[in-house]
Amino acid sequence: MAKVLVVTSGKGGVGKTTTTAALGAALAQRGDKVVVVDFDVGLRNLDLVMGAERRVVFDLINVVQGVAKLPQALIRDKRLENLWLLPASQTRDKDALTEEGVGRVISDLRSRFDWVICDSPAGIERGASMAMRFADEAVIVTNPEVSSVRDSDRIIGMLDSKTVRAERGERVEKHILITRYDPARASRGEMLTIDDILEILATPLLGIIPESQDVLRASNVGTPVTLSNVDGAPARAYIDAARRLCGESVAMQVPSERKGFMDRLLRRRAA
Amino acid sequence: MSMGLLRLLRGKKASAPVARERLQILLAHERGMRGQPDLLGVLREEILAVVSRHVTLDPTKVIVRLERGDEVSTLEVDIEVPNDFDRKRVAVA
Repeated sequence: MAKVLVVTSGKGGVGKTTTTAALGAALAQRGDKVVVVDFDVGLRNLDLVMGAERRVVFDLINVVQGVAKLPQALIRDKRLENLWLLPASQTRDKDALTEEGVGRVISDLRSRFDWVICDSPAGIERGASMAMRFADEAVIVTNPEVSSVRDSDRIIGMLDSKTVRAERGERVEKHILITRYDPARASRGEMLTIDDILEILATPLLGIIPESQDVLRASNVGTPVTLSNVDGAPARAYIDAARRLCGESVAMQVPSERKGFMDRLLRRRAA
Repeated sequence: MSMGLLRLLRGKKASAPVARERLQILLAHERGMRGQPDLLGVLREEILAVVSRHVTLDPTKVIVRLERGDEVSTLEVDIEVPNDFDRKRVAVA
């Protein structure tokens, strides 16, 4: 049965789009049929991170308004044949996302795919509430930093009250994904610990993505990080997270600092 | 152990525990407020409506403030009334 997954956070710049692309590609690579949907109307970026920016013809709003048919707007990934993108509109206004229209598109996508992954815009306004509205599950992307944790808490409150599932008395299954985790800073006591975050948000952990050059490099070339450097730490963490989403139990890897004494010494000098 | 020692040597206190504590206090408060309709807004509207039945008021001069204390909180209602309001009432009567 198809699952609708929203990737959300409240705060901007924490890694929602990177996560959407990375999880989408990892799930598609497992053989599932996946569509990633950009809800950031007016500020679309999922097309860019997926490397499909020059292939956008129609978008989500066109489909919502009936200007285009869904198959016309879907863009098939060039690397993975199971992976598709539904881009957001760059020119329209987010008010064009009507609940009825979005509901129709989501249910159409449900009938065609195994996973419908909705990339939420930052904030708590219309785009964000529409992205989560029809979700069965949610990945809450959180950085180990106070403002991000606070916003995640707010988003969790919305997932528990403003979604169709919540209104029916059902639960949206929620997962915390910690991104930009820096083991060096964590070991110095400068960063909220994983346990702190999970205790404060009282939500189970899906994975920990270490801060890495790989992520920037992947977006530079327009490839999901799970495809660009498969053996890198972020890719491995995302692939494990995707396996957990599929119900597998995979031991959690906490990124650790693998620095020798000399590295530490040099880094300290440089700092 | 090693990170405690390291911190001691550098003479810097870890900031993460402070972050954790601030968040816990803040979120406990914010979660309590969630879902309630804007209490102060509702109070303000209703107080304004009651007082306006007797006195002509400038709605912008009605200020409702809630101060949270450790033991009790105080609700402060500050209404600015024009000086000649009672004379006008007499005239109407």
